[in-house]
Amino acid sequence: MSSGELRQTPPGGLAFFAKSQLLTGEEVERALKRMAHEIVERNHGLPRLSVIGLQTGGVAFATRIAELLHDIVGDDVSLSLLDVSFYRDDLNRNPVPKSTATTIDHDLTDQTVIVVDDVLFTGRTIRAALNALSDWGRPRSVQLAVMVDRGHRELPIRPDYVGKNLPTSLDEAILATLEGVWIGTKGES
Amino acid sequence: MIDSIRSQNLLTLNDVSREAIVEVLDTAESFVEVNRRTIKKVPALKGRVVASLFFEESTRTRLSFETAAKRLSADVLSLAVASSSVKKGESLRDTIATIDALGIDAVVLRHQSSGAALQVSRYVPHVRVINAGDGLHQHPTQGLLDAFTVRQVLSERAGTSGLESGAQLFDGLRVLIVGDIRHSRVARSDIAAYSALGCDVHVAAPGTLLPADIENWPVRVVEDFDQALEWADVVALLRLQRERGSGSFVPSLAEFTRTFGLTLERARRLRPTTIIMHPGPMNRGVEIDSRVADLPSAVIERQVANGVPIRMAVLYLTVAGSSEGVP
Repeated sequence: MSSGELRQTPPGGLAFFAKSQLLTGEEVERALKRMAHEIVERNHGLPRLSVIGLQTGGVAFATRIAELLHDIVGDDVSLSLLDVSFYRDDLNRNPVPKSTATTIDHDLTDQTVIVVDDVLFTGRTIRAALNALSDWGRPRSVQLAVMVDRGHRELPIRPDYVGKNLPTSLDEAILATLEGVWIGTKGES
Repeated sequence: MIDSIRSQNLLTLNDVSREAIVEVLDTAESFVEVNRRTIKKVPALKGRVVASLFFEESTRTRLSFETAAKRLSADVLSLAVASSSVKKGESLRDTIATIDALGIDAVVLRHQSSGAALQVSRYVPHVRVINAGDGLHQHPTQGLLDAFTVRQVLSERAGTSGLESGAQLFDGLRVLIVGDIRHSRVARSDIAAYSALGCDVHVAAPGTLLPADIENWPVRVVEDFDQALEWADVVALLRLQRERGSGSFVPSLAEFTRTFGLTLERARRLRPTTIIMHPGPMNRGVEIDSRVADLPSAVIERQVANGVPIRMAVLYLTVAGSSEGVP
């Protein structure tokens, strides 16, 4: 994607106008590989591990991380998707978001849960995800993996695995996909 | 035309677009998943108050609306009309004003008078009003859950999900609605939903049980139920509403059953894939033979089960969220 070209993020959301590319697809892949190795190292070979991708931006990254974990350890890694719309604390303040599929089909009690999202910003999505996860039991631990940490936290939340730290200003926007990471602005198209 | 019910009242399906209906069906898919969980509750409407006002008796609609509200973490104010001041002659307007004074975000209203929901929406413009059946007029959530049930059954057969099918499978789908059309708000909402979705809708009923203005409806009238049996992809039966005096519109119940009841003999002539529906409560042996109601192609219990996710979707879309920025 060249500078100035626009892409939708998230689907149906405001248009994204790219200013410049910060990571290439190759660099994203390398970061994901490193994160997968860190996850294996930290969790001693992954017993009882559940990877959960947050709809919709985290899905591609969660899918790729689950594949990489499988390649490293040889065991199948459970992958589920979670939509946190119904748990958001800004439901009263914004128009109702479009809901997408949640596919968690097993009890998470005593599991190690890796929550995966594309961009960590205010931390409110992760707060909503933590609330949602407690409805599936009591995980042994919950860890957070994000492709980009752009700062500006409004809640005491920090990631365990980060693809790239990118200090941003509040009026900038980040688009993170498997094909690359861009910085730009959001607005009406 | 309403293109989304977000932050709107839901009074009728007549002016609701195909996109708006599909949005409700898609949202309901998410709630089907919630209803499969061990903890069947999400905090989407936490702190919101939903008043459930049923001026007419009801089992499934009332229970499924209240279950839906509770699963969204809303507080439910439930007015039992039989033991309320309505019995002392309090007017609808005063009853609504009293409940509104307690602080509510939504009213779910069932009333014997057509237009009651619209009237209430004028009394309390700051409250979302959801019509749960008004007289002979509309029963929008029934129309939505019937469409949802059809989409669910057909997508399962095609080995796909309702979300993936969208609205395509409704294109040209042949729906036959049979029985007491005249007194049926379910028929009116079903017809609105199915025609907005692109179905081909026919109705079969004795002349006395057809509304006077039937030629203005987006349907074709079939004189002979028997001739339409093989045509139909969906046969939707209606309850003969004896409490509204429908009994006197037909020579006898036995005569009605003989000409427009789904007897076992007629059910055998349906294609095996034809879906049989009934909004309940059934008069077994009148509009539907008891054995037909228990056939695998009869999805009556599934219609009841789908009441909860559809009503969760309707409450969520109409009550959650700020109206600012809604297209």
